[in-house]
Amino acid sequence: MAPLLEIKGLKTHFPTDDGILQAVDGVDISINRGETLCVVGESGCGKTVTAMSILKLIAMPPGRIAAGQIIFEGRDLVPLTSNELDEIRAKEIGFIFQEPMTSLNPVLTVGEQIAESLRRHEAVTRKQALDRTIEMLKLVQIPNAEGRVHNYPHQFSGGMRQRVMIAMALACKPKLIIADEPTTALDVTIQAQILDLLQDMKERFGMAVMLITHAMGVVAETAQRVVVMYAGKVVEEAPVDDLFGNPGHPYTQGLIRSIPRIDLDSEHKTRLEAIGGSVPILINPPVGCRFAPRCKFAMNVCTEKEPLLREIAPGHRMACHLGDTNLGGAA
Amino acid sequence: MSQYVLRRLMIAIPSLLGISVVLFVVLALAPGDPFSELATNPNVPPEVQAALRAKFGLDDPIHLRYLHWLNAMLHGDWGFSFVSRMNVDTLILQRLPATLYVIGSAQILALLIAIPVGVYAATKPYSLFDQIANTLAFVGFSLPTFFTGILFILIFSVTLDWLPFVYTTDIKGTGIHWVLEMIRQAIMPVAVLGLFQAASMTRFVRSAMLDVIRLDYVTTARAKGLGQAKVIVKHVMRNAMIPVVTLIALQMPAVFGGAIVTEQIFRIPGIGSLLISSILSNDTPVVMAVTFVFACLVVLFNLIADVLYGWLDPRISLR
Ligand SMILES: Nc1ncnc2c1ncn2[C@@H]1O[C@H](COP(=O)(O)OP(=O)(O)OP(=O)(O)O)[C@@H](O)[C@H]1O
Ligand code: SF4
Ligand SMILES: [Mg+2]
Repeated sequence: MAPLLEIKGLKTHFPTDDGILQAVDGVDISINRGETLCVVGESGCGKTVTAMSILKLIAMPPGRIAAGQIIFEGRDLVPLTSNELDEIRAKEIGFIFQEPMTSLNPVLTVGEQIAESLRRHEAVTRKQALDRTIEMLKLVQIPNAEGRVHNYPHQFSGGMRQRVMIAMALACKPKLIIADEPTTALDVTIQAQILDLLQDMKERFGMAVMLITHAMGVVAETAQRVVVMYAGKVVEEAPVDDLFGNPGHPYTQGLIRSIPRIDLDSEHKTRLEAIGGSVPILINPPVGCRFAPRCKFAMNVCTEKEPLLREIAPGHRMACHLGDTNLGGAA
Repeated sequence: MSQYVLRRLMIAIPSLLGISVVLFVVLALAPGDPFSELATNPNVPPEVQAALRAKFGLDDPIHLRYLHWLNAMLHGDWGFSFVSRMNVDTLILQRLPATLYVIGSAQILALLIAIPVGVYAATKPYSLFDQIANTLAFVGFSLPTFFTGILFILIFSVTLDWLPFVYTTDIKGTGIHWVLEMIRQAIMPVAVLGLFQAASMTRFVRSAMLDVIRLDYVTTARAKGLGQAKVIVKHVMRNAMIPVVTLIALQMPAVFGGAIVTEQIFRIPGIGSLLISSILSNDTPVVMAVTFVFACLVVLFNLIADVLYGWLDPRISLR
């Protein structure tokens, strides 16, 4: 069966004074119906820009989709105008953003912000929209939903606001939810609650979830498949067990080693293996492998030839020259 | 809410009292008084002069005079204009409609220009429209009203002879003719004042919109598929108008101040030109009353700004 969403060779660029910033540079990601896909990578690797490009929510201009296709249910979204995309936004693909504190409009009640989405996409009266909104708020476990629906965002805590955001994204029962680091801004205890809620909702409505995160712990708990991004590119893609059991790319290996382990005592816990160095600048990136300056396995070929995604096991692909038999004696 | 307004009004009383003391002292220290003309008039005998001065208490110590003024004021007696030979309140009420008509229309014109232009420019920043709007706003903002006023008179009254350049309150004619004449003679002053206001307001609306447009909740609204118009009006404008409305309310006293200049240029018999002429003729009771009315307006519009702010922004509770 064809995937629900298929991103092919997506390039999203931002012109800057110093040159073109290639925030996303040829990304392929596909999501099947009902599946949870995690996208991981360090800050600035292009996760948000990739997600926002799907519904053209990046600022355009200056941002620009320079190349690629975004095929949703057999239809390419890239050539669509903003008006045409409005039919898909919230109705087919729902969004949950990183910052619950700033993602809600401070001068409108939370009820109005959820209901307006329903009224936009479905033939409902104001009363019906309000009832559905209260129902959604109950579903995301907001106590006293009938009263809270008329409250303003500042009257909610961060965790409660993120529940409101989830209710908003789910209101029109979309086929895909894109959650961009939905728990990063929250307290650790609240994080787990929100992730549980998201899982619950996913099972109840049977939608697909694209969960963006930089926490490998979250990935292990929620994902069926994982995409690892580095500097605007996908470097590895695998089913979750395969990725943790048999990580191929040195960058992925580094990410997995950096997970805090609860089975170690506190003295060892602090000694995470952080990956040295930092993300390369995305303006005029170096040729070859972008991870090469930080990679302890780097070879000569790595700075000369760009590694392409290749399958190393069924459903497991990575972009690294390590163990590539086609390179012959070059390695 | 009404409690808040009431409390704010109570707080305003001491500040208005303070302002009136300062005004009174300054005017008392200023050279000349309403009777300085009598003093130089050989037809009025000195005894009569002294009797009149005593009658109006002009030679009393200053604090007694102030208390006398305050007492009269509280009883609704605004004093008597020696120059116009009528009660000050009647005089002010006679002059006020022309001022309110011109200032009100100018302010409406400014809003009708500034809000659509500022909003549209902000939705397309650095577009041709935005750049033209910015340039015009900058020009309009830099040209003082006395300059544009005279320029308008030269072009539309003197050269083209389309519009009258003296504003008059006793237009001959009745009915529709009167209405048309009223509109015709207000065009230039309203345009001069309104365009000047519109220039600064447009810049403010645009920047307030740009501040909001890049915020996260606007992206949230876009992600709901609401459409550009709804996102701009319901989510961006609704928030951007909070500082704009507050600023407009706070600027109102300055607008009245600016109207003084416009009234002088177009000879509008409004409250501003009344102030100027009473200062020139040492008509102290009128000067005192008009400045005090201006002071009350400042306090009033400050209160209006606060109330509007609290009404527009649910995060602020007026208690
Ligand atoms: N509007 C923009 N203009 C210019 N550059 C941008 C813009 N938005 C994003 N970028 C750049 O694109 C790159 C990728 O950013 P992105 O927000 O996608 O990273 P991310 O992986 O989501 O990081 P994080 O984990 O911090 O959210 C960054 O270098 C960022 O500076
Ligand atoms: S291609 Fe080379 S530099 Fe890049 S990750 Fe693989 S081994 Fe390291
Ligand atoms: Mg991000």
